[in-house]
Amino acid sequence: MQSRNNLTLFILIILVALATYIALPIEHFDLFKSIFAPGQEGELAMTLRQGLDLQGGTQIQLEPDLPTGEKATEEQLNLARAIIERRVNGLGVNESLVQTGKDRIIVALPGVKNSDAAIDTLRGTGQLEFVDLGDNPLRLGAGAKINTTNGTVEDAVTEQVFKTVMTGDKLKNVDVRRDQSTQEPYIAFELTKEGSEIFGKYSGENVGKILAIVMDHVILSAPRINSQIRDAGIITGKFTLDEAQNLAIQMKYGALPVPLKVVDVRTVGPSLGEDSVRRSLLAGTIGVIVVLLFMLAFYRLPGFLADLALLSFVAFNVSLYKLIPVVLTLPGIAGFLLTTGTAVDANILIFERMREELRAGRSLSSAIEAGFSRAWTSILDSNLSTILTGLILLYFGSNFGASVVQGFAITLIIGVLVSMFTAVFATRTFMRFVIYTFGDTLKDKLSWFSV
Amino acid sequence: MYDIIKHRRLYYILSTLIVVPGVLIMLYSMLTIGSPFRLAIDFTGGSLWELRFSEPVAPGDMVNFFHDQGIADANVHTIGDENTLVIRTKEITPDQKAELMSAMDKQFGHPEELQFRAVGPTVGKEVTRTALIAVFMASLVILGFIIYAFRQVKHPVRYGIAAIIAMIHDVLVAAAFFSLMGMIAGWEVDTLFLTALLTVIGFSVQDTIVVFDRIRENSRRRKGESFEVIANRSLLETVQRSVATQINAMFVMIALLLFGGVTIRQFIATMFVGMLSGTYSSIFIATPLLVSWQNGEGIFGKFGKNKKNQPGKIVTA
Repeated sequence: MQSRNNLTLFILIILVALATYIALPIEHFDLFKSIFAPGQEGELAMTLRQGLDLQGGTQIQLEPDLPTGEKATEEQLNLARAIIERRVNGLGVNESLVQTGKDRIIVALPGVKNSDAAIDTLRGTGQLEFVDLGDNPLRLGAGAKINTTNGTVEDAVTEQVFKTVMTGDKLKNVDVRRDQSTQEPYIAFELTKEGSEIFGKYSGENVGKILAIVMDHVILSAPRINSQIRDAGIITGKFTLDEAQNLAIQMKYGALPVPLKVVDVRTVGPSLGEDSVRRSLLAGTIGVIVVLLFMLAFYRLPGFLADLALLSFVAFNVSLYKLIPVVLTLPGIAGFLLTTGTAVDANILIFERMREELRAGRSLSSAIEAGFSRAWTSILDSNLSTILTGLILLYFGSNFGASVVQGFAITLIIGVLVSMFTAVFATRTFMRFVIYTFGDTLKDKLSWFSV
Repeated sequence: MYDIIKHRRLYYILSTLIVVPGVLIMLYSMLTIGSPFRLAIDFTGGSLWELRFSEPVAPGDMVNFFHDQGIADANVHTIGDENTLVIRTKEITPDQKAELMSAMDKQFGHPEELQFRAVGPTVGKEVTRTALIAVFMASLVILGFIIYAFRQVKHPVRYGIAAIIAMIHDVLVAAAFFSLMGMIAGWEVDTLFLTALLTVIGFSVQDTIVVFDRIRENSRRRKGESFEVIANRSLLETVQRSVATQINAMFVMIALLLFGGVTIRQFIATMFVGMLSGTYSSIFIATPLLVSWQNGEGIFGKFGKNKKNQPGKIVTA
């Protein structure tokens, strides 16, 4: 038993050392980063990512790009806002903020220093149009830039201006499906009521003609109209699954009701305030130190071991945030603090049990084992319920855009899992080690266990 | 053995005294301003003001300035450099703006106005609705989980329901506290408040389950005792742990309240109240409810079938 525990202790120490190294705010060397954080690239790899409320970032302002005199309606602006938000999240920049102002949209991206890549994606947020190519004598196909009645573009393939039949906001749904017999992927789309009217009329009068699906004045696809389309239609055309999915995504998310242009790019400070964040972090650290001291004073020797376990807990959590990665916001930190309380609580449960067993007259080593096994059902049940809550919050948060809930749920789930791990492995292993090694001398010093 | 359970009517009364006024405050608020709490800019949208000063201005100082001018919640941060501030507040009328400008001149020096316009809310109604639905779903799942975990005890459903009642109690206490502070000190609800409530929920249930777990164990080990005695014993055995955990949580929160930044104060205070209530409710609400239910007291009289289980009675064959 002792040798197995020693092995566990050894492994634990290595894990803690590794976690601590990862968690430290220093620059790690590249090979290390590629082994442990393989998915992450660039300067952000293996750093603690913070949300807008903590670190600030880049603010980009977009304005509707309409001919002078025309204005976007509030509805269009709100719709554009929602679409851009999804796009920005699709960029992988979590915890961004997208807000409408009077006649403009403000996008705030946390921590993005090199905003060019982000801007390019946002700048490319163009408009989706269905354009009448007639018989298409020029055989224009995917990739060709054209002028439309919705707007002209500089390097169009031809001077001719094509008529825009319908804009992308009339799309209700876009899906990729497979043909039953040929297994070929195709795109199925549904139109809104307004769209059905426009499209029904147009397609009815233009069977056999070419209709181009155009994004940002670039043709995505130019299929032939085979029959009248009213509220739902399909687009076929020898797509690979990837091509079909990409096209569907562009149609879904690119369907801005108005074209937008970038008018301003700037860096912003953290929304909670620079000094506020700094002071809160400092205060939090003070609080944690007081907890460590309290555990030491109240539970003495086991308290000291619990402190070691708690420090390991923090190291594991922070290193996980860096590896996964998790973008930290204030709600996320709240979740983390709650789980720190849980981790402390787990240790307290174990120690109170141990005390009971010792008072009842058990020997040190059996008291420890009994303490753990008795406390475990409490720890397991209470933590499981928290994890279940966290999972539900996570599901809702990510599917319905409530990023507050999401950030909190992620750190909550991670923290609870880690707290169970450290309670079982760290605290127990440390205690066993101490008992096995120093058991004889400690037998008479029960006061060290605060009995 | 000190009898905590005996005074359960006192605890019910105490809780009622706290929760009912809280709900009334929220209802009153609902009638007067259309929502149970004052809403911060996150929910309502307002004005965005960008000013460049000749010298660096700390956002915290600007927040205090606005506070002194009667505008409770200004969201201020730097943009571009330390001299330029972006200030988000509720709608400011042109008259207010003029007043603010002249007061600002005196305190910080005359700034260059780079922008001033209206901005929309960042948290729409959908988000709030979603968060509420999420919490509701989570409660159902917790209920199911507790029923399953405690299936070997008699009437596991009661444990689940008692835990949920305790949780609702804690949420109401935290919400009532915030609503009250809204009326007294102008506190406004923002996304952090939602986070605080979520934290309180998580903590409350967790804490309750630890106590219930002890009841479960004692039910098994001490078959001779009446439920009331078992419940009481379990409370006494876990109280030291409950207090220790609560104290630890408080250390961190007090440190944050005292030394932490100004912007998270409301958040921490709400969590503080909620967690305190969480510990209180596990001991003085959830467990006594189980006993009351078992004994068929009060409203449980209609549903409780165990009127025979009165404490202290010995049934002879």
